[in-house]
Amino acid sequence: MAEAQNIPVGSTTAGQIAVAAESTVATRMSAPPSFDVADFPVPHGREEEWRFTPLERLRGLHDGTAIATDGGLKVDVDAPEGVIVETVGRDDARLGKAGTPVDRIAAQAYSAFEKAGVITVPKETVLTEPIRIAVHGEGGIAYAHQVVELGAFAEAVVVIDHTGDAVLAANVDYILGDGAKLTVVSVQDWDDKAVHVGQHNALIGRDATFKSFVVTFGGDLVRLHPRVAYAGTGGEAELFGLYFTDAGQHQEHRLLVDHNTPHCKSNVAYKGALQGEGAHAVWIGDVLIEAKAEGTDTYEMNRNLVLTDGARVDSVPNLEIETGEIVGAGHASATGRFDDEQLFYLMARGIPADEARRLVVRGFFAELVQQIGVDDIEERLLVKIDEELEATV
Amino acid sequence: MATLEIHDLHVTVEADNATKEILKGVDLTVKQGETHAIMGPNGSGKSTLAYSLAGHPKYTITGGTVTLDGEDVLEMSVDERARAGLFLAMQYPVEIPGVSVSNFLRTSATAIRGEAPKLRTWVKEVKETMQRLNMDPAFAERNVNEGFSGGEKKRHEILQLELLKPKIAVLDETDSGLDVDALRIVSEGVNRVRETGEVGTLLITHYTRILRYIKPDFVHVFSGGRIVESGGAELADKLENEGYEVYTKGGASA
Repeated sequence: MAEAQNIPVGSTTAGQIAVAAESTVATRMSAPPSFDVADFPVPHGREEEWRFTPLERLRGLHDGTAIATDGGLKVDVDAPEGVIVETVGRDDARLGKAGTPVDRIAAQAYSAFEKAGVITVPKETVLTEPIRIAVHGEGGIAYAHQVVELGAFAEAVVVIDHTGDAVLAANVDYILGDGAKLTVVSVQDWDDKAVHVGQHNALIGRDATFKSFVVTFGGDLVRLHPRVAYAGTGGEAELFGLYFTDAGQHQEHRLLVDHNTPHCKSNVAYKGALQGEGAHAVWIGDVLIEAKAEGTDTYEMNRNLVLTDGARVDSVPNLEIETGEIVGAGHASATGRFDDEQLFYLMARGIPADEARRLVVRGFFAELVQQIGVDDIEERLLVKIDEELEATV
Repeated sequence: MATLEIHDLHVTVEADNATKEILKGVDLTVKQGETHAIMGPNGSGKSTLAYSLAGHPKYTITGGTVTLDGEDVLEMSVDERARAGLFLAMQYPVEIPGVSVSNFLRTSATAIRGEAPKLRTWVKEVKETMQRLNMDPAFAERNVNEGFSGGEKKRHEILQLELLKPKIAVLDETDSGLDVDALRIVSEGVNRVRETGEVGTLLITHYTRILRYIKPDFVHVFSGGRIVESGGAELADKLENEGYEVYTKGGASA
């Protein structure tokens, strides 16, 4: 039974909601996927996949003028025993298996990196501590590629933490063997000037479970493409995201879940708060249920909370269903604002203004934060949210 | 004994690029233990009085004074007024997505009382108060006012009144939009608070209906932005029979 929903709730003057017109996920890209940057024309900004992105702030990542600098980026991996951490050359067979670049910058990153990182959790290895990848920008331009591969029935949590200042185009591949369980937390806690563009591909094995948290706070421009496809039946993906977009920041999350295999599940929930003049969040949620993907169960949701005037949200959920033989499919997008009347109401009950804001924003994010399950990250996020709020007038 | 004194209060509001005076010299004293009903036709400025007392930013005070036990209320921010003991039950409470009723009530009680209430006694206190207001316990897990019916919103306002125990409670058209059962339950809540003798109540209403449940000590007729007549409970009976016409036609237009 197919069940499609589209519920744009409460669009306000502060936020904008656009619901995609009919178009297929594949054909509205300006070029087919490719590992070679030469296969993509330099974007001019009117293409469907670039129309929300301020190209002039990409610092040349999109047109080939950004040349990698030495020592621009420092990457440290801290892995528990039993995990294999390698640095490999471009010809390593494990690179690029989870997905193919879909836009020019992802292809640029793939064409330009010199060494890639490969982290392997051997089959049936169950980790009790997270693998931590600290990516610290030292002010340079960098292209990078990272692979995380879990063997059959392996279980791991990976935290990728981005800090500092960089102009970075980087792709990440997650490959999950049969029955594997992987949780990934990618934190974009960049300094104000950083530019970060990347494609995250997950290939989910039979009966495997992939859970991802994409947390974006920092940067001048962050544009990420989390993508999921299934390599066998019974796979499950949960894609969660949180972003806090401040004055002048552009934070863009473009998701694709490709239900290319029968009897798989996906659940997408992204929540963002925005404040300040020129804060711009973009959320594109594409879910494709291919004709062969019978028994699919999927839901995607985006919620935005606009805290001040001058912020803008573009939220585009897009669900394409090529078979009716599914368990369920739905999507929802809503943008609301924290307004003066809400502030008045809380203050009229004795709650000071800053605490009132904190109450609302913490409440808004709580349901997602609580699911991360990595204590220090959860705590840091709550502190971060409070810091962001204190930065407001 | 707590006393709210309003003296010669003038209030304006900006509308359609013009400044309009809504309150034109309000004088009123409300003491702890007393119940005052303010009655008046639509547009007479009753709600403006309520919101001005609470400090809503939309209203500008252009003259007069408001003091609570001698302290200048008009100098206080909205939250300071609440902590000083002023409570406004709103006619149209707003939705606050992402904030549960239980979290909201506890944060508010902590702010008003100056310390976090002890968890065990607090949970019991909330539960019992909700029961008396005929509220389902599941209500506490819903987001503040989100998807509440009109009656639920008003009960939630009175729940706060009972928990926060203010010195002066201003009830802005708490009776509007309620059916008889809900009106009775809400009125009983207000009466429980009044019976403590520790709250001064300012009941703002368009209808006399609620005065069958909540007996006022004083009734004031509000028209043209000021109080035009004051009396005892019998004045409400007069309004019931004769309506507001005599006030809207005559004296207030000066």
